[in-house]
Amino acid sequence: MSEALIIKNGLVYDPLNEVRGEKKEIYVRDGKIVEKVEEPGATVIDASGMIVAPANIEIHSHIAGPKLNAARLMRPEDHAKDPVRRKEKLRSGSGFSIPTTFTTAYRYLLLGYSTLMEPAVPPLKARHALDELEDMPVVDKGMYILMGNNNIIFHLIKRGDRKAAKYFAGWLLKASAGYAIKVVNPGGTDSWKWGKVFNSLSEETPWGIKPVEVVNLLNEVVEEFSLPHPVHLHTYNLGIPGSYKAALDTIEAFKDSKLHLTHLQYFCYGGDSWATFRSESLKVAEKLSNYGNITADMGQIIFEDTTTMTADTPWEYKLHKLSGNRWSSADVEMETGSGIVPYRYKMSNLVNAVQWAVGLELALLLGPWRMFMTTDNPNGGPFYFYPQVIRWLTSVDARNEIIKKLPSRARKRIHLHKMDREFSLEEMIIMLSAGPAKALGLKNKGHLGVGADADIVLYAKKDDVADTLSSVRYLLKEGKVVVRDGKIVEADSIGRIIRVDTGLDDSALSSEIMDLFDRFYSISFSNYKVENAYLKREEVISCGVSNR
Amino acid sequence: MRIENVVCPFCGCLCDDIAVEIENGKIKSVAKACGIGRSLFMKHDEDLSFPSIGGRRVSLEDAIEKAVDILGRSKHALIYGLSSTSIEAHRKALELAELIGASIDQTSSICHGPTALAVHQTGIPTCTLGEIKNRADVLVFWGSNPLESHQRHYERYSLFPKGMFTPEGRKGRKLVVVDVRQTPSAKMADMFIKVNPGEDYEVLNALRYMLKGGELAASEIGGVRVEDLRKLLDVMLSAKYGVVFIGMGLTMTRGKYHNVEAAISLVVELNAHTRWSVVAMRGHYNVKGAASSLLWQTGYPFGINFSLGYPRYSPGEYTAVDLLRRKEVDCVLVIASDPVANFPRDAVKVMLELPLIAIDPKLSLTAVSADVVIPTAQVGIYVEGTAYRMDGVPLRVKKLLDSSYPSDEEVLGEILKRIKGA
Repeated sequence: MSEALIIKNGLVYDPLNEVRGEKKEIYVRDGKIVEKVEEPGATVIDASGMIVAPANIEIHSHIAGPKLNAARLMRPEDHAKDPVRRKEKLRSGSGFSIPTTFTTAYRYLLLGYSTLMEPAVPPLKARHALDELEDMPVVDKGMYILMGNNNIIFHLIKRGDRKAAKYFAGWLLKASAGYAIKVVNPGGTDSWKWGKVFNSLSEETPWGIKPVEVVNLLNEVVEEFSLPHPVHLHTYNLGIPGSYKAALDTIEAFKDSKLHLTHLQYFCYGGDSWATFRSESLKVAEKLSNYGNITADMGQIIFEDTTTMTADTPWEYKLHKLSGNRWSSADVEMETGSGIVPYRYKMSNLVNAVQWAVGLELALLLGPWRMFMTTDNPNGGPFYFYPQVIRWLTSVDARNEIIKKLPSRARKRIHLHKMDREFSLEEMIIMLSAGPAKALGLKNKGHLGVGADADIVLYAKKDDVADTLSSVRYLLKEGKVVVRDGKIVEADSIGRIIRVDTGLDDSALSSEIMDLFDRFYSISFSNYKVENAYLKREEVISCGVSNR
Repeated sequence: MRIENVVCPFCGCLCDDIAVEIENGKIKSVAKACGIGRSLFMKHDEDLSFPSIGGRRVSLEDAIEKAVDILGRSKHALIYGLSSTSIEAHRKALELAELIGASIDQTSSICHGPTALAVHQTGIPTCTLGEIKNRADVLVFWGSNPLESHQRHYERYSLFPKGMFTPEGRKGRKLVVVDVRQTPSAKMADMFIKVNPGEDYEVLNALRYMLKGGELAASEIGGVRVEDLRKLLDVMLSAKYGVVFIGMGLTMTRGKYHNVEAAISLVVELNAHTRWSVVAMRGHYNVKGAASSLLWQTGYPFGINFSLGYPRYSPGEYTAVDLLRRKEVDCVLVIASDPVANFPRDAVKVMLELPLIAIDPKLSLTAVSADVVIPTAQVGIYVEGTAYRMDGVPLRVKKLLDSSYPSDEEVLGEILKRIKGA
């Protein structure tokens, strides 16, 4: 990796450094971008006719951990239709909507991604997620740790000991090797452990806390510990008619904080029944336009068979009843739960048609610095359908092709056919790399400035933006060529776990917390924290404990 | 030296509160473990295997070289076991299976494999063991006898513990045991339902029918009076948080996966009324881990074949007993398992006619019968690694003592390296 490398003759796009399609050379040494490489022995990549950009960054994709395996176990038919052969050094595996670990990594590499975020890890099962991530070679990866239904945090908030609750959350993030705090249907997943459906931020849950207090507290944790990424929030009422009200309510509640609203598409529906289901993307985008501190990702749907999975357990039960499809669920003591239901999005289905439009509408309304491309893989559809999404974002014609095929009633329920914005190449590069890197606070990624990780993607330049972005010629990971001529040439390196260190060790925990652990967990405290053995290669971001 | 919070590498309970006293490189005493666990720790250095070929003691190097020779030349090897070794070893076994186009199967295929087949049909609502401790007020053990198979299950996870919403412990819980005989576990039950052998499926579906409002014309189903079924259903509906534990009394008796499918379906349907979960009473300490690593690398939990260069799944075809019965494999590699002691006689007979390699810390019946024995250091005593509890909670099992033998992971890694290099 100590090799020096020069990328010559390419058109460079580096939005964070305001480089817009300039012909310039990029120099790489020891895995980093450097000012200049002068030695004659340096490897030279001739990027004539190519676009050079920071490698792509996945901000929200369910790729590893217990819910993935529960889904794999449920769906052998899903894998059997997409077998993946062993090829030279590449391992075999299977897709389709829940690809196996090696296959997941390979498919992301071929799309030009170097960094992946698994967005829903229960701390008690963090080792499982890390086990799977270890089997995803090359790519760097991070985990968001589920905290929105944590009973110790609930307990401390209820007792009014906010300081202890914040220290605990900071400790938990470190103990489970997490990168960011994830909140899913705060209070709702916990309530459903008793079968109670609870949909509100401000009311008191059966447990006796108000979800808004939990999120506020976690927002303070982000601020006080200077965490790189804000609370990654999946709010209440996902997926149902009228869900836009939950989005508006959520934005209003946390408008003064930094926040990331994930798979926002699912929270932008109007109507009061499935029959009156419609897009309310305009209202949500308008509200969001006032708050530049809030970012979001799409959660775009694809018209395909897929597998839904979320820590929003009441929603998955509801989807099971609605669809009649198989249902798996897992309650995790003290922390969270998860549910899984297979689902097929159909163009002929009016609700699905509206969902498809809403994701694209939001992106076009909010733009690439605020709204990042995801399918909430695999909830909206498998991630490797991204080239389709890019086509829709960059071409009115491509969108109209689909709109034509939707039920005719759909046009009255959506706004997409009235939108003429088409993202440019630069805008798409922002959406895929610079934007997510900025939102994630990944200082060494998403740009090509000196000191950045040399994670670089080279696309063959075509007339059409979508064609360009689906023609990955090279991918460099830490300066090493891993994809060449659209083929994976290196797949042995293990990639890093990117995590934060909040500086909080066990001494930050009160005896009360230790007592709760002893009484209510089924494992010993000393066996709870993730051991170094699961962090063979890591990048640790130290976060200040400014309030010490 | 006393080591606290040791994880017990015996059964799927993976108790992690064991205290072990070590003196002069040996385990001197064990506290908190059940009888089986204690004996596992105390007898750690008894009946140890040694490298051998054809029953004759050889060097470790010779044994490994012989294994490489057999596996490297095989056209269709069977790799079997895995449930009593670490995830780290599974990774190597999987890569080996893929490299040589083998079939790979784990002990679920003669245990909870049918549970997986049922989950393919229904999914499964489940929970962690701590959730049971904290919430469960009705427990139904069906075809499972934890007092003899998972001896601390009642004590640590299900019947006795006082949890967040179960302050009364045993007093606040109703225990139902459904079995074909009154097992020791059943003797502690508040309600024991005795089912005719092989008729669980009928009983489960009768409950489902009654749950949906059906009136049964018969007065007895599967040996159970319908009024007793009504009482059971009422108990189930009265639960705030109920859990059905399924054991091999369901998975390995007449009906097999149909039984489990009926049990899961009953629980899914109960969720329309109140919260219920299903927990599979997994046997070996890392059998859940074996299914897990196979799932994330191949998509499938057991019974996998790599002869086409990609994983194919076919229980009944690529499962160990079936491959052996049909004489479809040309050698067998057993890792941390004892199929010679557990498989049906006709399958064992075929296995013994084939080149048989055993990687095992102990002189199991399989190791005693194997053509090549490669001794390894036992995970959880001499080697650390990852194991998954029956509910999928992963734990780091510890290294307590030094061993002169390599780990399963190292041996498999070495075999892999040599075959790749060849």
